[in-house]
Amino acid sequence: MEIGLIALAVMLATLLGWLLKQSFNVQPWVAEDVGDTAHHGPLGDAGKTKLIALMTFLAVVTSFFALVLSAYALRMELGDWVPMTEPQLLWVNTAVLVLASAAFQWTRNGAVAGKAARLKPGLVMTGLLTTAFVVGQLIAWQQLQAGGQFLTSNPSNAFFYLLTGAHGVHILGGMYVWARATFRVLMGSAEGGQIRRSIELCTIYWHFLLIVWLVLFGLLLST
Amino acid sequence: MSYVAIADRDHEQEHHDPQTFITKYIWSQDHKVIAIQYGITAIFVGLVALGLSAMMRLQLGFPDEFTFINPENYYQFVTMHGMIMVIYLLTALLLGGFGNYLIPLMCGSRDMVFPFMNMLSYWVYLVSVIILLASFFVPGGSTGAGWTLYPPQAIMQGTPGTDWGILLMLASLGVFIIAFTMGGLNYVTTVLQARCRGMTLMRMPLSIWGIFIATILGLLAFPALLVSAIMMLFDKTLMTSFFMPAISSMGTDPGYTGGSPILFQHLFWFFGHPEVYIVALPAFGIVSDLLSTHARKNIFGYRMMVWAIAAIGGLSFIVWAHHMYVSGMNPYFGFFFATTTLIIAVPTAIKVYNWVLTLWEGNIHLRVPMLFAIGFIFTFIHGGLTGLFLGNVTIDLPLSDTYFVVAHFHMVMGVSPVLVVFGAIYHWWPKITGKMYSEKLGKWHFWMTFLGTYSIYLPMHYLGFQGVPRRYFAMGNTEFMPDSAQDLNAWITMSALFVAATQLLFFINVIWSLKKGPKADPNPWNATSLEWQTPDTPPKHGNWGHDLPEVHRWAYDYSVPGYEDDFIPQTVPADQAPAGRQHGVEEH
Repeated sequence: MEIGLIALAVMLATLLGWLLKQSFNVQPWVAEDVGDTAHHGPLGDAGKTKLIALMTFLAVVTSFFALVLSAYALRMELGDWVPMTEPQLLWVNTAVLVLASAAFQWTRNGAVAGKAARLKPGLVMTGLLTTAFVVGQLIAWQQLQAGGQFLTSNPSNAFFYLLTGAHGVHILGGMYVWARATFRVLMGSAEGGQIRRSIELCTIYWHFLLIVWLVLFGLLLST
Repeated sequence: MSYVAIADRDHEQEHHDPQTFITKYIWSQDHKVIAIQYGITAIFVGLVALGLSAMMRLQLGFPDEFTFINPENYYQFVTMHGMIMVIYLLTALLLGGFGNYLIPLMCGSRDMVFPFMNMLSYWVYLVSVIILLASFFVPGGSTGAGWTLYPPQAIMQGTPGTDWGILLMLASLGVFIIAFTMGGLNYVTTVLQARCRGMTLMRMPLSIWGIFIATILGLLAFPALLVSAIMMLFDKTLMTSFFMPAISSMGTDPGYTGGSPILFQHLFWFFGHPEVYIVALPAFGIVSDLLSTHARKNIFGYRMMVWAIAAIGGLSFIVWAHHMYVSGMNPYFGFFFATTTLIIAVPTAIKVYNWVLTLWEGNIHLRVPMLFAIGFIFTFIHGGLTGLFLGNVTIDLPLSDTYFVVAHFHMVMGVSPVLVVFGAIYHWWPKITGKMYSEKLGKWHFWMTFLGTYSIYLPMHYLGFQGVPRRYFAMGNTEFMPDSAQDLNAWITMSALFVAATQLLFFINVIWSLKKGPKADPNPWNATSLEWQTPDTPPKHGNWGHDLPEVHRWAYDYSVPGYEDDFIPQTVPADQAPAGRQHGVEEH
């Protein structure tokens, strides 16, 4: 459970620091008029609201993967565990996912800088690369099965399928949001600011899933 | 169109009122309607679970009298009762129901920040409830694995409901977690982003703090349940061996290799213990507001209360293994978890002292919500004290799996939150419906419930000391159990049936109030917080009419010296009224 606990400790420490900053030395019983205590700045900014919701969701996903990895670490110590050799294809997939993240970042930078011409090629390229990653993962599964390593062959295989599958499902969820944004850009039916925010959030999500994948891949390789 | 902050948008710009019956009451995106939908659904399944507990008690009190209860469905009753009460009733009612209703109203917003996702959250929750209830009707019936669903027995032949029941249970939990996540993202983001002007975090009523922190706990803890449900589903359907050890079942080898049932326990309780506080923290928050309002006194130690809620939330993640003392863990491990468990008593005790000190020299009005709130202090202290027993490894070992444990957790997270739920319903009922209820009937409801639950659970502690084991369908003839234990069981059963029947008073009151209840004053308790200052009662779509409220003070300005009323609403500007301990005003 150490992995889960460390992830959790980091998240809770962030929360605690924020809470202390908000509450330390505040005297709530003192009445003050709006001007003195109102939120300044971006209260209720729709973009920031969605960013906070996304960050909260990423905390949930972090908790999920940290717990699966904790289970992995505990299960690994039992007698029937046979370490598996990962397909070499995963290196290629990793590179593709890095490229997808980079492409999204490139698109996002274009959107922020107002270079509208970048959106279409950027989004399409990101989509193709991400799809290539998902297909690559499926091929890796097939290679494993062709080599006789099925879900039930060994707990290490079971965890491999579970982890890659869960990661893939999260990628597909992101693809849904990507598809909506891309559709609107291609149709030209989108308002500029809305698309920009959507792309910004998607980029964060892509980077996050890249980091999750790198952690998973590193752990799978090292065990 | 230039950007306008949510707090500054006026009504026309922000909302288009729903017109038809369907958009208004069925596919509604209004947080108040969603809250009521959550509430009604949760109370409905809660009644199902209450019925199940009555069946269990019938068997325990009068063994072999009722032929329709056999060992199989007894275990199904136990399992479904626990699971429904903890997750589908309490979590859904306190967060989905009260969270939805109170967050926008108490924070001064027009609605949740993502109303569509909020609506989706309810409907997905309803799907999870339907899947859960469907498991009663599938071949083999619902699962009888106990609410903890421990493998290997949860999915092995011999336990009731291993064909379909367990699958539906796991599926239902997964769906519930999706619903909760959608709601939870809304609650957190709304509290952070959609408070009205002047509503700083430290001016929020404690109800909101409790709901807010509990939601964060839920968002971080429910994934543990999801992980264990998915992995068990794999073990059940795809024959993996995450949890399933190499085992022989009825003479045959089902084909599992050496998985770890203890691993499941770790994952389950990593969710399971925070779950206790997911239920308790909103109750703590709500009870603080009820006590302060009806004692006409500011809450004692507001900041301490906020920090205690946060501290309890953080600590609740590092105590999970105190549910596993008998699983054969390393003694140092047990020592660590006993220590963290006992440390939780510190912030919890701070809260209890602060509640009592809030009552001290208050102008206490023993109205129905106040009775329930004070009743909660009693039951919570009793449940909490037995928790100190069970938190110690050496005391827990002999008491493990006895009725002492049953009594403990029912007092602390069954009776206590339910008392708060009732108190909260009686407190906010005039705002929710615009009608008053019968005070007399409410008081009868309180006293019979309160005394009745003591009559159920106090004797159970004694049974536990005698060593009477929990979960048993029948006790049989054993040396250590005197015959009087059976008499006590019969008494407990009669008390339980009495308390269950008493709840009819509540429903009679509800129906009477809806049909014939007198019109409620917009602020019948003279309360300060924002939800009582709405222009309409019950509040209309958008909550605040044309202009959003502005907040100038905290929610606890009761009996402020130098002000004629004994309460100052949060919307009263600072120059029109003094505040609790402002400079130049003497403390009393």
